[in-house]
Amino acid sequence: MAVVGQVLRSEWTKIRSVRSTVWTLATAVVVTVAVGVLICTLARKDFGSMPDERRLAFDPTNTSFAGMGLGQLAMIVFGVLVVTNEYSTGMIRTSLAAVPQRGVFLFCKLLVATALVFAVGLATSFAAFFAGQAALGAHRAHLGDPGVLRAVVGGGLYMTMIALFSMAVAAMLRSPMLSLGILMPFFFLISNILGNVSATRKVGRYLPDQAGSKIMQVVAPVNDETPYGPWGGFAIMAAWTAAALVGGYVLLNKRDA
Amino acid sequence: MIELRELTKHYGDTVAVDRLTFTVRPGVVTGFLGPNGAGKSTTMRMVLGLDNPTAGSVRIDGRHYRQLRNPLTYVGALLDAKAMHGGRRADHHLLCLAQSNGIPRSRVAEVLDLVGLTSVARKRTKGFSLGMGQRLGIAAALLGDPRILMFDEPVNGLDPEGIHWIRNLMKNLASQGRTVFVSSHLMSEMALTADHLVVIGQGRLLADTSMAEFIRENSRSYVRVRSPERERLLDVLNGAGVRAAAGRDGALEVDGVPAERLGELAAEHRLVLHELSPQQASLEEAFMQLTAGAVEYHARPGGPAAVPGGPPPRPAVPEGALSGGPAPGGWGADWQQRKRS
Repeated sequence: MAVVGQVLRSEWTKIRSVRSTVWTLATAVVVTVAVGVLICTLARKDFGSMPDERRLAFDPTNTSFAGMGLGQLAMIVFGVLVVTNEYSTGMIRTSLAAVPQRGVFLFCKLLVATALVFAVGLATSFAAFFAGQAALGAHRAHLGDPGVLRAVVGGGLYMTMIALFSMAVAAMLRSPMLSLGILMPFFFLISNILGNVSATRKVGRYLPDQAGSKIMQVVAPVNDETPYGPWGGFAIMAAWTAAALVGGYVLLNKRDA
Repeated sequence: MIELRELTKHYGDTVAVDRLTFTVRPGVVTGFLGPNGAGKSTTMRMVLGLDNPTAGSVRIDGRHYRQLRNPLTYVGALLDAKAMHGGRRADHHLLCLAQSNGIPRSRVAEVLDLVGLTSVARKRTKGFSLGMGQRLGIAAALLGDPRILMFDEPVNGLDPEGIHWIRNLMKNLASQGRTVFVSSHLMSEMALTADHLVVIGQGRLLADTSMAEFIRENSRSYVRVRSPERERLLDVLNGAGVRAAAGRDGALEVDGVPAERLGELAAEHRLVLHELSPQQASLEEAFMQLTAGAVEYHARPGGPAAVPGGPPPRPAVPEGALSGGPAPGGWGADWQQRKRS
């Protein structure tokens, strides 16, 4: 359909012509890589004093992704802003008058933003991996090692899915403050708490970020009871995202703009 | 052509638009008039498919807005001057709209030039004044060179120069054969720009008539005569072939005879007059009376609504006229002259 091509081009113009795109994505890259390098440097110094079982379970690849937890927050901000700035500025009325087929509008907006996030996320993931491995020195992993390439590509996929999930939630909520107020504490605090308290761990590991981050592991932690593998976890994350997308589409389609 | 058929919008228990049926035709400026909260903006949003009607339908050249391919080439609309991202440059704002509708990129510079914003094309719109925002909104409406244009309160908050510019723009667009649909809550503004008039109040259609007819019906000029000898005055007037109608407080109202002639008649018959005053009902008052009627209709839900296209109620007589209030004629009187000039 010719219309889809037009709307994709239009959404690309929109996304590249606002400043928030640059600063949120740049923050994601810098924070993810910098924190990863910092943790890897500390891990190298710490390695000698580690107990044997922790040495056995040491995952150099995943360690270089230690900045993802913080970096993903910038991706969440990006995803939320891409959708909600239409509403907070009133642009949505102009946009929907130009593209009244709301499904096409939402699909094109999310596709363009997701493609951009994937490119940035993949670059971030590779940068974090190579910088982190350099900092780890002798304990480093190599891209050719089993599972490593999957984990590094998975890092890009994880960031992409986090951003897409945020976009879908923002499409339902419309308000930037409300969306960030729910997503940020959820991913930064609640998910961590649920995943670290033994009573709730079984529930916590089905949350989108915990399930999705499995794809970035190469060496399984000691006593790992996770009932899904890297791609299974990613599928759980994708299912959450799909549900949020359906919700966002249904609401957009029937609501008054 | 925009066709509304039984268009209705409810927000919870509130009825914002109530079974509106009318047609906006090409080649003329159609004024969409109603007090604040009458449902004008809601109606316009439904035309653009932004709000979903509770019942009824609105069609653009026979099709629903959502069925239009590249809708900006059919309908250009200015609903809200601030419906844009403040962090985006003016030219990028127009470019993303143009791309979404397959409009060539060169058109962006053309419309920016047309509205006089070329010098600020590369500026972010958050620094724009209301008037500049309004112009950019109009540039967006003109982008697709549409046959139908819709403006919601376009002169709100503009300086006189901007108001003048928008008035001329709308007339030019209509004279090119386009359909121009413009809303306002000011009768005086509509009198200057509109050729056809659709009046709503509380979401209901109150009048659907040509501007000329509305003025003919409502800007009646007459002379009010009052005398302690009312019956003798009536005889004298009848004897001179002058028809008089009963006015308020025992006064008589005479159409089509100048005050001078009536004064001379009274003097010939040695009649004492307590009042002899030329009156002009203003369009603004006619409009207020019309929309005040909407409240009445609303209070009697069983009663008939105003007949679409029917003659509006007779205007009220200005109260201040006697005590040397408004200048004779009021603002509506010189409308024809002003429009011609």
